[in-house]
Amino acid sequence: MHIDPAKVDAIIQRHGRKREHLIAMLLECQEEFTHLPEPVLQRVSEQVEVPLPSVLGIATFFRAFSLKPVGRYPAHICMGTACHVKGAPRLLEAFERELKILRGQTTDDLLFSINTVNCLGCCGLAPAVTVGKDVHGKLKQADVPRILKKYRPKEA
Amino acid sequence: MAYRAHCLICTGTGCVAGGSFNLRKTLEAEIAKRGLDREIQVITTGCQGFCAEGPIMIVQPDGVFYCRVEERDVPAIVEEHLLKGRPVKKLLYTPPTEKAPIPALKDIPFFAKQKLIVLRNRGLIDPDRIEDYIAVDGYTALGKALTQMTPEGIVLEIKRSGLRGRGGGGFPAGIKWETCRHAGQVRGVAPVVICNADEGDPGAFMDRSIIESDPHSVVEGMIIAARGIGASEGFVYIRHEYPLARQRLQLALDHAREFGLLGKNILGAGMDFDIEIREGAGAFVCGESTALMASLEGKLGEPRAKYIHTVEHGYQDRPSNLNNVETYANVPLIILRGADWFASMGTGDVKENPWNGSSGTKVFSLVGKINNTGLIEVPMGISLREIIFDIGGGIPKGRKFKAVQTGGPSGGCLPEEKLDMAVDFDSLTEAGSMMGSGGMIVMDEQTCMVDVARYFIAFLTEESCGKCTPCREGLKTMLDVLTRIGDGKGRMEDLGLLEEMGAVMQDCCLCALGTSAPNPVLSTLQYFRHEYEAHIRDKKCPGGVCKELITYGIDPAKCDGCHACVRACSTAAIMGEVKKVHTLDVHKCIKCGACIEVCRRDAITRT
Repeated sequence: MHIDPAKVDAIIQRHGRKREHLIAMLLECQEEFTHLPEPVLQRVSEQVEVPLPSVLGIATFFRAFSLKPVGRYPAHICMGTACHVKGAPRLLEAFERELKILRGQTTDDLLFSINTVNCLGCCGLAPAVTVGKDVHGKLKQADVPRILKKYRPKEA
Repeated sequence: MAYRAHCLICTGTGCVAGGSFNLRKTLEAEIAKRGLDREIQVITTGCQGFCAEGPIMIVQPDGVFYCRVEERDVPAIVEEHLLKGRPVKKLLYTPPTEKAPIPALKDIPFFAKQKLIVLRNRGLIDPDRIEDYIAVDGYTALGKALTQMTPEGIVLEIKRSGLRGRGGGGFPAGIKWETCRHAGQVRGVAPVVICNADEGDPGAFMDRSIIESDPHSVVEGMIIAARGIGASEGFVYIRHEYPLARQRLQLALDHAREFGLLGKNILGAGMDFDIEIREGAGAFVCGESTALMASLEGKLGEPRAKYIHTVEHGYQDRPSNLNNVETYANVPLIILRGADWFASMGTGDVKENPWNGSSGTKVFSLVGKINNTGLIEVPMGISLREIIFDIGGGIPKGRKFKAVQTGGPSGGCLPEEKLDMAVDFDSLTEAGSMMGSGGMIVMDEQTCMVDVARYFIAFLTEESCGKCTPCREGLKTMLDVLTRIGDGKGRMEDLGLLEEMGAVMQDCCLCALGTSAPNPVLSTLQYFRHEYEAHIRDKKCPGGVCKELITYGIDPAKCDGCHACVRACSTAAIMGEVKKVHTLDVHKCIKCGACIEVCRRDAITRT
């Protein structure tokens, strides 16, 4: 994947190259490139003057970051307590069965990836899932194919 | 221009997921089409709390409460209610145990027993408009604090109110402010004020909701704190997972700056203070003060030993006052109405010593296997039974209550015998759980307590930063043991082993994540030991959750052959003709439970 260093620089500039804003910069980079490839981390390290291992440390410590490409519509299954008691583990399995990938993986067409989050804060909608930026709540396993269909390209 | 009626549409995250922004557009279009746009105003508000019934709409001045409103209901609402004055019956709320709907918000049991202090403005104001907040006496407390009170007076007032930290620990806010102020003066270093909005507890969304419905109350609380402590810089550390809350808070900060409430010479009183938002990136341990401050500095969110307190040496080695969202949101009303008023609510006499009780109210997210799911605010000292059965409306489908979990992964599970206990900081801790930030997850007879303990330990194992050995290794071993028990391969000695490891972790871990981590295991062992024993001795899971110990089947007496389970089953394990009793092939069954979710007659058995 081609990384435009100017885009990374623009993000770093916006945050005044401050170390305190390292997490915010990486979050924006991740939004821009869907993940954090090595050239991005390298560039951030040089520009903010923080050793690469420290940048890599941040990028692997926090759950929001991914070093591998993620799908265009990442599915985040909420694993909060309310969702757990209402069947989130079985819902996760339903997503895994439907997309034929496991948690942490991405489909070959780069359309979907599956991951878990600790709590979306939509406990009233348990069990809840986000796909892309949409929240889907009160799900049953049987709803999964219908939800994913919405994000699949329309067949000609 | 005066409107004759207002439609208040909830735009908390829950209702937004249900389409409330589109609902607003459709409603406004329909109102304009009918030529009512000069008479009726549509307002979007923050979270109303009753998330399970969303999207929610309230029509004022009638006080009519509509739930599960969809775009296609809009013409009926406009035609029947707004034009003819007749509430639309099918959209009114009907409690699960009753037949007749309840039209007025004030009569709905979910709302009737609550006492709103922190959530006073929920559903009343538009969170994106500072004018709305000011109209309900917003920033009046700041005016009072800046013009009529000394900084010492502010700190004393908070101390006398007995306000204890709502983030979980319950440390008296006034004492923290006093120490921070003192440290700043002695060291000659300007303190910072930090708001913890990194609500990491699974099953809790109080802080998200407060910021989404009333962001200015938090901003005002922080400015007052800064005045009391002598800070000129403030931060809000907010979760990356809460985009809507972040956006509303940013707007609130921008507006406050425009109105001269943040920045240089606030309200002409010679005070300089500003607030910056910093994002977290999904690490539970960053709720811990030292880890949070490391993360604020752009470093790994790892805790350090706390023999040096962060109130003295915190962010960038400056004295740092850290409180959570709800704590700050309490501050304006305490300043406005006085410490005596606040201390009159709750338990114990806190005026001389804030440790003596729990004053004020607490916001809980009441979720799990409960009829009325949502966000509630109740006076301290209320019983668990009142919360779960009066406000929460009891357990769905007539099932039996088993346990209530409070305090997130650091808390514990309390059984039925504890239901009449008063809810406050000290009673919950005494019972082996804790207040935590306010998650309250209700569990019914179909919940397995070994699975719940395993769930929390698995969560903590992933979230442990790995710095200290007892936490890193202790959690991993606990997880292995609990997994073994859940798989039916446990030994009776395992129970003693879990207790022993728990005690070591409580004594030896570096930070509160580790020392409180054994709580979910120890509390379930204390109150639900028989469930552990059933897994080990009888190889049975009483809750019907642990896959290795259950077999699915179909109750021929209940099955009516509707075929729903056959369609849901992904492995073709269920067979049978329509309208005839179905059968289940246990060899093909992967125990995914999809059949249970679709069966309307409760005919799928797990034994």
